[in-house]
Amino acid sequence: MTGVDIAFWILAVVSVVAAVLVVAVRDVFRAALSLILCLLAAAGIYITLSADFVAAVQVLIYVGAISILIILAVVLTRDVQRGSLTNRLKVPAIIVALLFFGAGAYAVLNTPWQVARKAPIEPTTGALAGRLFGEGGYLLSIEIAAVLLLAAIIGAIVLVREK
Amino acid sequence: MAIAGPITYYGTLPQVPPDWPGGFWGHWGTFVGIILVFVLTLVMGFIWVERRGIARFQARVGPNRVGPFGLLQPVADAIKVLLKEDIIPASGDKVVHWLAPVVAFVPVLLIFAVVPFWDGALLADLNIGILYVVAVSSLTTIGIFMAGWGSNNKYSLLGAMRAIAQVVSYEIPLVLSLVAVVLLAGSLSLNDIVRAQNIPFILLQPLGFFIFFLAACAEINRTPFDLLEAESEIVAGFHTEYSGMKFALFYLVEYAEAVAISAIIATLFLSGWRGPLLPPFLWFLLKVFAVFFLIFWVRSTIPRLRVDQVMAFAWKFLLPLAFLNLLITGVQVIVWQGVLPWPVIFVNLAIMVVLIVGWSSFFRLGGGRVEV
Repeated sequence: MTGVDIAFWILAVVSVVAAVLVVAVRDVFRAALSLILCLLAAAGIYITLSADFVAAVQVLIYVGAISILIILAVVLTRDVQRGSLTNRLKVPAIIVALLFFGAGAYAVLNTPWQVARKAPIEPTTGALAGRLFGEGGYLLSIEIAAVLLLAAIIGAIVLVREK
Repeated sequence: MAIAGPITYYGTLPQVPPDWPGGFWGHWGTFVGIILVFVLTLVMGFIWVERRGIARFQARVGPNRVGPFGLLQPVADAIKVLLKEDIIPASGDKVVHWLAPVVAFVPVLLIFAVVPFWDGALLADLNIGILYVVAVSSLTTIGIFMAGWGSNNKYSLLGAMRAIAQVVSYEIPLVLSLVAVVLLAGSLSLNDIVRAQNIPFILLQPLGFFIFFLAACAEINRTPFDLLEAESEIVAGFHTEYSGMKFALFYLVEYAEAVAISAIIATLFLSGWRGPLLPPFLWFLLKVFAVFFLIFWVRSTIPRLRVDQVMAFAWKFLLPLAFLNLLITGVQVIVWQGVLPWPVIFVNLAIMVVLIVGWSSFFRLGGGRVEV
C-alpha cells in the first residue's frame, strides 16, 4: 500500500464518519461543524487525485464561504440545542434516501471510468484554464453563469429591500 | 512576464534544490522545524517591537524591566498566561469551546508552507501557492466563530458575527488585488512570483498594494478594523470567556496572522528574498519587519472605525477601486508588453493618486455619519 492509498483511506473514513455525524448529531451547530470536516476531507481526496486546483477551490468556496453561510443560518435558528425535532416523515425519508443511495451506487459501479495510472506530468491549473477560457472551451457558459449570479444577487436585494 | 524583462538576479547565490536537505522526509522535517522556530520567534519579536514602538508613538517608555531593553517581556507574559486558571463557561458548549483555539491556530501555521525564505527554500512549492494561502487563511474564521458560539455569551457571539461580516466583505478586494499581481507575474506559485519581480511589484502595482494592505489589516482584525474585540462596546469580543492557555493561543493566532500577512506582502509586493549584498533570508526578514512596522504605525495613528464605516469602506471604496485596478492592469499587460518599466511606474502612481483622491471625495467624514 502506497502513501496515497493510506491517505485515501484515512480521508475516506473521516469523511464518512463526519457525514454520518451531520445527520446523527442533535445539536445543529455541531452538525454544521461536522459538515465542514466532511467537506475538508473531500478536498483532501481531490489532492490524492492530483487535482490540487480543485482542492484549493473546494476549501475556499465550500469550507471558507458556504459553511460560514450555513453557520450564520444556524445562529438565526431557534432552539439550536434541541436540534431538529422528529416528525412523521421519518419512514418516507429513509425509503427515499435508500433508493437514492442504491441508484447512485449502481450508477457509479457500472460506469466504465477512465482511470489514469500515472500522475499528471504538468500542473493541472494551466490545462483547466485553457479548457475553460481557451479556444473551443466553455467561455460562453462561464459568462452566462456570471450573469445569472449577478441577476440572483440583484433579485435577493430587491426581495429584502424595504419599501 | 509582460512588463518585466528576462529574469536577472541581484545576488549570485545559487537556487536551493527542491528536496534540500536530503530526500522527502529530511526536507519535510527541516522545514517544519524552520517554520515553527520562525513563527514563534517572530511572534515574540513582534510583540516586543509593537509594545516598545507604540510606547514611542504615545510618548511613553514601554516595557523595559524584564531583561535588557525589556526584551524578555514576551517570555514573562507567556509564563504568566500559561500559569493562569483555565475557565470553561458552565453552560457553554465545552467541546466547541475547547476546539476553537486549535481550529483558529492550525491554518495560520499552514500558510507558511508556501512562503519562500530563499530561492526554492520553502516547504512545498505548490503551483497554486497564492490560491492555497487564500483558501487556508479563510479557515481561521471558523475557529473564531466556534469561540464565539461555544462561550455562550452574547458579547462573544456579537464579536464573532462582526468577525464574519468583516472577513467576508474584505476577502473580495483582497483577492481582486491579488489577481492583478498574478497577471503581472504569470504564475500562482509564490517562488515564481518572487522570481518575476525584477522591479518590486509595489512600484508596478501601487494601488494594488494599497488595497491589499488595508484589506489584509481588516482580515487579521488589526486596529483600526478591530471591531470584533472593541473593548468599549463588547468587552473583548469572541475571546471574552477565554483564559489561561487557550487565551494565549488566541493571542498567538493574532500575532502569527500578522507575521503571515507581513510575509505574504513582502513576497508579493516587495520582491521577497531578492536584494543586493545581504543573503536572501536576511532580506526577507528585513522586509517582513518593514511591513509589520507599517501595520502597527497605522494602528497607533488611526482610531477604531464604527461598524457602518468599516462596511462602507469595504464595499464602497476598496471594492470599486480593486475592480478598476484589475481592469487597468489587464489592459497594461496586453498593450504594454515589453515597454520599459519607468513610464509604467509613473503612470500607475499617477492613476493611484487620482483614483484615491477622486474616490475619497464621494465620502464625507465627520458629524457622526458617513455619507455617500
